[in-house]
Amino acid sequence: MSADILSLTGAQAAERVRAGDLDAGELFAFYRERAAADDLNAFLWVADGPDGANSSGPLAGVPLAVKDLFCVEGVPSAAGSRILDGYRPPYTATAVRKLTEAGATVLGKTNQDEFAMGSSNENSGYGSVQNPWDRERVPGGSSGGSAAAVAAGLAPWAIGTDTGGSIRQPAALTGIVGLKPTYGAVSRYGMIAFASSLDQCGPLTRDVTDAALLFRHMVGRDPCDSTSLEFPEEVPLPSAERLDGVVFGVPPELTGEGVEPGVREVFERTTKLIEELGGKLEEVSLPHSRYGIAAYYVITPAEASANLARYDGVRFGPRAETDGDLTALYEQTREQGFGDEVKRRILIGTYALSSGYYDAYYGRAQRVRTKIADDFRAAFQKVDLLVTPTSPTVAFRLGEKTEDPLAMYLNDALTVSMPLAGIPAISIPGGLSDGLPVGIQLAGPAFSENRILDSAYALERAIGFEGVPVGV
Amino acid sequence: MEFEPVIGIEIHVQLDTRTKMFCGCELSFGDEPNTHTCPVCLGLPGSLPVVNAEAVHFGLMIGMALGCEIAPRSIFHRKNYFYPDLPKGYQISQYDIPLARSGKLGEVRIHRVHLEEDAAKLVHAGASGRIHGAEASVVDFNRGGTPLVEIVSEPDLRSASETAEFGRLLQATLRRMGVSDVNMEEGSLRMDANVSLRPAGEATFGTKTELKNMNSFRFLERGIDAELERQEAILRDGGEVVQETLHFDPQSGAITSLRSKEQAHDYRYFPEPDLVPVAPTEEMLERARDALPELPAARAERLERDLGLTAETAKLLAFRTELGDFFEEAVAADGSDPRALANWVTGELVAQLGDDQPTASKVEHRALARLVTMMNEGKVSGSAAKQVLGVLVAEGGDPEAVVESEGLGAAGADELAGIVDRALAENPDVVEKLKADPGSKAVGAIVGAVMKETKGRADGGEVQRLVREKLGV
Repeated sequence: MSADILSLTGAQAAERVRAGDLDAGELFAFYRERAAADDLNAFLWVADGPDGANSSGPLAGVPLAVKDLFCVEGVPSAAGSRILDGYRPPYTATAVRKLTEAGATVLGKTNQDEFAMGSSNENSGYGSVQNPWDRERVPGGSSGGSAAAVAAGLAPWAIGTDTGGSIRQPAALTGIVGLKPTYGAVSRYGMIAFASSLDQCGPLTRDVTDAALLFRHMVGRDPCDSTSLEFPEEVPLPSAERLDGVVFGVPPELTGEGVEPGVREVFERTTKLIEELGGKLEEVSLPHSRYGIAAYYVITPAEASANLARYDGVRFGPRAETDGDLTALYEQTREQGFGDEVKRRILIGTYALSSGYYDAYYGRAQRVRTKIADDFRAAFQKVDLLVTPTSPTVAFRLGEKTEDPLAMYLNDALTVSMPLAGIPAISIPGGLSDGLPVGIQLAGPAFSENRILDSAYALERAIGFEGVPVGV
Repeated sequence: MEFEPVIGIEIHVQLDTRTKMFCGCELSFGDEPNTHTCPVCLGLPGSLPVVNAEAVHFGLMIGMALGCEIAPRSIFHRKNYFYPDLPKGYQISQYDIPLARSGKLGEVRIHRVHLEEDAAKLVHAGASGRIHGAEASVVDFNRGGTPLVEIVSEPDLRSASETAEFGRLLQATLRRMGVSDVNMEEGSLRMDANVSLRPAGEATFGTKTELKNMNSFRFLERGIDAELERQEAILRDGGEVVQETLHFDPQSGAITSLRSKEQAHDYRYFPEPDLVPVAPTEEMLERARDALPELPAARAERLERDLGLTAETAKLLAFRTELGDFFEEAVAADGSDPRALANWVTGELVAQLGDDQPTASKVEHRALARLVTMMNEGKVSGSAAKQVLGVLVAEGGDPEAVVESEGLGAAGADELAGIVDRALAENPDVVEKLKADPGSKAVGAIVGAVMKETKGRADGGEVQRLVREKLGV
């Protein structure tokens, strides 16, 4: 029975519960036990029971792993940071609320890079996470805990957030599916902010159908988030078997330089599959995407420097013991509470916004951002979707890049451009390279999630990736 | 060398909306601390602001009332600084593209009108009353997030009294629109003045200082005068005025510098990514336009032009909306002598009401109008009418009935004749003076005696006429 439950995807489990073949309580207990026994450090908190579960909804009580930065009422929500140690918010994030209203049950809070700043989960204030494919390696980040939990079968599915690749890259490195929706498709209310103009939440799942199912219940305009928008159409479960007539753009800027041979090999195999399924390949250029990393590492620290100003020890979270001077209270609370990478980005962002430097850095980065969005717009005049590898490398070793922030930043080279342009993209497992998963990324114009999910589904079937669960 | 003052003002107005600028918490004043808060106005992690549509509506009304151009897309910025009354570590405010700009009120040009949120309230325990050296400080977030409109004038004002007068016009205009309590003592209207001097006739500006948070127009005027004096003394000594923020203490008249650190702030403004631009639709603009009442400046002009009131009286009525409304309703009831009516409203009625509104008393507008007409018809004397008004204010009712029941009707000629005779007989010295000089002011003694006897029911003119008739002068 246990092995049977473990083999079910989220959608399959929901269907079993609804059909009366599986008890929601038993399902929850099964995953609770696995999550509580987690030795990957994927979970920071595990629920005692299926509190307030609504197993009559379409998600039928299926447990959901939630990235730590989502506020859940009364549940520790620290965004992976010591500065929020023990903080339990008085309200629940809209995305989580919508999913629980649809029947999902919060299983636990998952580890992440502190305030979502990182690509390896090594910047967590609560320790790094092991990749279930190879415990010496990182699971990617920043949604590393969610990705590892799903890949290792500690949770049937999870949600995370993506600012520069934080859903797609860990999905790629752990052999699962990760969808970053169009900016505004899902409410950001209750998501502890990193960079407000890019942050977007989405599902991390075992397959494309699960991603579509969770996504369906997350979308929609939220009166509490001015930047959210009504999703223009229904989200059906994907069903495409072929890719006839779909034109896939291959941008040389995101498929060549820096992509390691093993990843390239899987990518080339995938493009052949696309053609076999009736899809067309066409080279399209995204000339400004090479400036994506530079623009991203100006804009996101700038926004973060303001978003993180509220962690001052005055109203919540730990407060440093000081002699009572206000400035000392601020400085010592932040000195003790923030990790090195967060401090680095606050410094970069504060500098970039300073009087006299604003135009040279923030202003210029915003102009680059517009150019990048223009590139995508031009490309989608010619092609339906873009296809690239998700990450230039497979999962790297723990500690391998922690001393070199720039090398770490380059992990995002293939994923930062999409959130800068606000467009959706998915990562699906394309195969293995030296026994480690390689992700394939499909990106499309704003609100083209249904097309992306459909194509990803057809491709997923053709690829036939077998890898879940492993390592545990 | 003569110096010319150059003054501009910045006004912060708390809008009288139902809820806060970026969340659904109700506005309050004087409630239990921290009872009107939510994740948004407490700046809790993950919360997001949403612009209050009513605040935008009021902002548009203000922009229009001040003759401004409304921006087709104005945007919010984050103004970053650390302070315990600022829960997010930044204030959401408008920066390079405000809601409205380039307007005019009276003769003063308006630079800009923008929307922002108020900070929370800090209370410091300890002798200093300030955060530095306080034993403890507590924060009340009830006020945090209250919608504010900031109005900045161009430096078009040339004296302290002109500035106070403009401040009063602006206050009256905002009050008339019903967008704010505009109460300076409670802080719903806060005024700063930028003050500088330049040699008369020069076009370039001198170095300005900023007088912060003046909480009455009287103090504003005194503060500006004191600052102009201080600057002039510096300039006459060949010194240079330092650009700084100053505090005027109305008790001592002293001007002190606030921390010059504030000037050194780099607020690192950048566009607020959590909000979309404010792009007023045609419908929103129309709604704001339709909501605009007749404004005090226009009302004063109309009262002066159409009813022949003096400029001073017209302004008094226009600047106190409720008084103006009371007056106009009285004119509508009986418009036979609007000037006399206006004088009674702005003179005797205000004297009896003090700062209360006419609606706080029982006097009806038609009753006062009737009283003034009765006076004109000689049915009641001026001083008796004041007593009648006193009764009307306290108890309400009809002036004729009050005159009847209180026996305040004008004394008739027959009754007066005997009283005048007695007064003349009792004041032979006055009679002598009047015979020698018929225009002598000594007649006042007789009038006074008659008034005393009749308890004010006599008409002074009639008494004088009778005196002259009886003395044959």
